[in-house]
Amino acid sequence: MWASGRRRRGALDSGFTMDETVAEYIRRTVLKIPRHEIMEMLTMWDFLSKTQLQTINVHQIKEKISQEVVELCEENSASIKQAAILDMIYNHTYRNKKVWTVYQMTKAAGEETDSFNLADFKYKFKRSLRSALKNVTISFREYEDNAIWIRIAWGTQYAKPNQYKATYVVYHSQTPYVFVSSLRSNLPLLCQALVHASSYHDIHEMELRSRCIDSLKDIVFKRYSQTFQTYHPRPLQERNVAPEKVDPRIIQENKREKERIQSVNQEVFGEGVQPKIEFAQYKLETMFKGEPEMDILTEKEPFRCVVKFSSPHLLEALKSLAPAGMADAPLSPLLTCIPQKARNYFKIKERKGILSASCLGP
Amino acid sequence: MSLVKPFDKLPTLNAATILLVGTDESQQQQLAEAILKEKKTFKINIHVATSLPLPAERDHIRPRIDLIAFMINMQSKHSLRNVEASLSHMDANFFLGKVCFLITGVGRMNHCSVEMNAVRKLGNLYSSPVLFCELDSEGIRAATAQRLLRMLQICAGHMPGVSALFFSSLMKSSIDE
Repeated sequence: MWASGRRRRGALDSGFTMDETVAEYIRRTVLKIPRHEIMEMLTMWDFLSKTQLQTINVHQIKEKISQEVVELCEENSASIKQAAILDMIYNHTYRNKKVWTVYQMTKAAGEETDSFNLADFKYKFKRSLRSALKNVTISFREYEDNAIWIRIAWGTQYAKPNQYKATYVVYHSQTPYVFVSSLRSNLPLLCQALVHASSYHDIHEMELRSRCIDSLKDIVFKRYSQTFQTYHPRPLQERNVAPEKVDPRIIQENKREKERIQSVNQEVFGEGVQPKIEFAQYKLETMFKGEPEMDILTEKEPFRCVVKFSSPHLLEALKSLAPAGMADAPLSPLLTCIPQKARNYFKIKERKGILSASCLGP
Repeated sequence: MSLVKPFDKLPTLNAATILLVGTDESQQQQLAEAILKEKKTFKINIHVATSLPLPAERDHIRPRIDLIAFMINMQSKHSLRNVEASLSHMDANFFLGKVCFLITGVGRMNHCSVEMNAVRKLGNLYSSPVLFCELDSEGIRAATAQRLLRMLQICAGHMPGVSALFFSSLMKSSIDE
């Protein structure tokens, strides 16, 4: 085993050895970090002292670096709490590696808004989760713009928390929105704890998912540049576009049409960069319409199918469809309503052919 | 609705006009530039449109069109439908050799959403040549430009003894083999 000498010394100094699983967890977390960012993240972690950090040689293979870090952590006898914080720093930096789901909390009618107290929130959240499940590791970390990052490693009644499958929750105090990553089984517990701690009444999923949490925030906080369909269509401002170099022998016949597409597109998507979303899904549960002779029609079952769109940057891709001549402008509102409706998972049902998305919340 | 007609205007001296119709603007631009790069002995006008009919307000300044090339991208059904819709806005005289179909995007077979049969049928139906070209590659783009220029020369009547009609039947027999 590595670092046996050091460990013995550490044990002598403090009379306390570091848990084997904690050491392994720190080692694996350091291995995940790109080499040139290791120092930066360790400094942010603020667990190892400056002199300790200086002893680390970053110009060797990562395997070795991670071992050195673990040895130093053993000197300081790190616990899982500290290890979790390092994981949070990593995941905050690489937050686009997870798929985030947005939840919205609601208050009951007539309920007063309490002023937010962070310590109170943390206490209530922990108590609520721990009362249901003893084996959980809960860590908090505050970031700028009122974001509270919560990391939860779940265990079971008999098993220790699995640190490698931690759930991340990002909550913005003063807003009803919560962003949750990778959670399957313990969702009800988490929802209950969130609602309880932030003194809301209810919570529901918004059917909005993306890897880019910042774009999700832009959408739900309505921060992206948008031109809402106003009742008074604005005249297009003259924009100072550098005249394109066009050979006079090439004559564009559809200049007017092109300009129309430009203006329609701008009206729908706005001028700025679109929020980043990687997918959109439409579940169709509509009746099959076609020739009456076909057998399918005799059944009254809806015709089920799922249409998925995916792209590294879906909304920008949709925006460029019409100018590239690949689709007619304007695009279907089903595709362009994603930022306004703040959802990218839809279910389309038979109801005079109208999409049922409007049945969502307030 | 204004039909495009091949013989409603007098030809301009030592000039020829080609019309590119297709939905992919960047591809049209690329091809147009490739055509302009080629050496030629006459003055050329390249008109670019997404679909037919052409806007009527420009009718009076548009020269006589000698050749129409419809561009179909095999990866986009939209481009095929657009061409099919445009074909009905043309004078039948055009189909006596002054139309060709340029098929692009055949290279990546698994991306194709238009069937090869549909394109061949279109060519047969309108008795016009179907040219396959991969406009992404510079060499093929230049070759396509040369080919179109040659056809344009014939269609505009710059080649003594060869007419567009004659030329189209030549093309057709080579495709059928």
